[in-house]
Amino acid sequence: MASIEFSKVSKRYGDAIDVIHELNLRVEDGGLMVLVGPSGCGKSTLLRMTAGLEEVTSGEIMIDDSLVNHIPPQQRNLAMVFQNYALYPHMTVRGNLEFPLRMQKAAASEIEARVQRIAEMLDLTPLLQRKPMALSGGQRQRVAMGRAIIREADIFLMDEPLSNLDARLRVEIRSEIARLQHELAITTLYVTHDQAEAMTLGQRVAVIDKGRLQQVGSPQEIYENPANAFVARFIGSPGMNLIETSLHRDSTETLLQLGPTRRPLPPRALANHPGLASRGDQKLLVGIRPHAIHLSATDDKQKLAARVCSVEAMGHETIVHLDTQLVMHGNHPPGLDKAGSNQTQLLAQLTGHHNFRTGEQLYIQIELDDLSFFDPDGEAIH
Amino acid sequence: MKHRTGSMLLSYLLLIIITTLFIAPLMMMLLGSFKADHRVLLESGSVAALLPHDLSLQNYSDVFRRSDFMRFFFNSLFITSCIVICGLLVNSLAAYAFARLQWRGRDLLFNLVLALMILPFEAIAVPLFYGASMFGLRDTYSVQILPFIANAFSIYLFYSFFIGMPKELEEAARIDGASTLRIFFSIITPNAKPVFATVAILTFLTWWGSYLWPTMVTIGPAVRPLPLAIASFYTLPPLQWGDILAFGVMMVSPVLLVFVIFQRWFVAGVASSAIKG
Repeated sequence: MASIEFSKVSKRYGDAIDVIHELNLRVEDGGLMVLVGPSGCGKSTLLRMTAGLEEVTSGEIMIDDSLVNHIPPQQRNLAMVFQNYALYPHMTVRGNLEFPLRMQKAAASEIEARVQRIAEMLDLTPLLQRKPMALSGGQRQRVAMGRAIIREADIFLMDEPLSNLDARLRVEIRSEIARLQHELAITTLYVTHDQAEAMTLGQRVAVIDKGRLQQVGSPQEIYENPANAFVARFIGSPGMNLIETSLHRDSTETLLQLGPTRRPLPPRALANHPGLASRGDQKLLVGIRPHAIHLSATDDKQKLAARVCSVEAMGHETIVHLDTQLVMHGNHPPGLDKAGSNQTQLLAQLTGHHNFRTGEQLYIQIELDDLSFFDPDGEAIH
Repeated sequence: MKHRTGSMLLSYLLLIIITTLFIAPLMMMLLGSFKADHRVLLESGSVAALLPHDLSLQNYSDVFRRSDFMRFFFNSLFITSCIVICGLLVNSLAAYAFARLQWRGRDLLFNLVLALMILPFEAIAVPLFYGASMFGLRDTYSVQILPFIANAFSIYLFYSFFIGMPKELEEAARIDGASTLRIFFSIITPNAKPVFATVAILTFLTWWGSYLWPTMVTIGPAVRPLPLAIASFYTLPPLQWGDILAFGVMMVSPVLLVFVIFQRWFVAGVASSAIKG
């Protein structure tokens, strides 16, 4: 077992901008850290630097408190599962499992015993004589896992290991990976672009964007208290609605401008965000989770009018895209992913099935207790 | 429907014509090798050349009587095999170093190697001859093998195959604890059979028929290959066409055999390497 520590790690190719910029992160011994971020954010590069497959431009990577920057991959005692599994196509499943042990010059009896054990653990025994070509995606994934586990390495590195699987298998193997990691208690660094995967798998989640660490924490911390607008948008399915608005004060209350109306902030929201008190009548971003928006067909003074643009019926829930008078945050702050910045519609997430028609006029009510607040640069106001 | 049948008939007709054009000379050689000398000349301009009649093995026995065929055959086989086997090893290793290893001057050297492909052998034959003479290598096997082991075109073929192989395989092996050489022999080579077959066939074809260089550097029959021996049948009277055809059949057979054996991989290799165009 081992801990991993990144301290001020940067990676640059040529004179281009940093793929990773002065990143600090610690993965505790036996812990599972999920690196999540949009494509091209540098998370895979970080993983490959940990493996020793990429050079570190500056900074230090420590495994178990020893510097490994210049240690070749084979001497780092880690195992890696690749996105495309990288199974040796000319070897059988048995050959693939045996390969790392042969490289360690393990005794034949030891190799046989470990292969049997891993094959049983991962249900691979009937497949041992097959070549990777003759396996399904899920089976290949299990062989790749087996090849990583069999070495009894100190660290597991997983580079989007589920991205080539269909949705049902992904859920299945995700829980399998969580179980194995828990059982074996091996320090694991897991890369994914899928925030749902990160949330369900990670004991700790590190959100990365444009090579910079945005936030580290438990899935719940990150979901409930996003450090900035990027994290708020990226985490959650769908992500948070960000509205450009402003606060106003009168003698007794703090009022939030929502479209044409001003609504008093409940005491709980103010208590959760003491930083709001020090802000005068300033512009800010308010974050509303889609599930905190309720829709009804009847109007009253507390409600805002909205028009249905499109409806995604998922069965157990319905996601409604709405046009409102609210100014959705479009000019994204530095660090916000482009894909997450084009939101011009308010999203509402409703439990169960709802029959809304496109163009239908509805009225929205927002739960004001659980709002998030960000300054115009996107940093959270606590 | 009618239109489709018509165009199919037309394409079959074209294929038959092309196949005939390619097969006819080979068939004439094969059948002629079993015919008496005067018949070969007599029938050479007519369809009769493609008809089997009055066949005998006389020409073959004449070839063995008039020349030390087995000696020449062994020489050709030995020289070509050495070039093929050593060439596969040297050129594949060189290509792997160009494709995957990081070292100073790699790209410059690779471009130089590629530039060598445009040099025809005739351009370097004379300096090479001087070199061989200087080292006292004339009239040996070595002089017919050593200069041709490293080959720019082979390196290029290997390079284009290796560069297209998924890097993750090598990275996985490296993490599993394999050294660079181990990765090459245990991971790369078994997955690169098509390109090895392609290079083997192309190299074999090139050097099995090699004529100019052996003419320059060999003197006696001891180390001479088949193309020089068949040439002596033209120059030494009497000119026996039947014998020449029999010699030709025996000379071409190994090439066909090699092609048939490696054909499956060869096609895959051509399809996956850069020579696909």
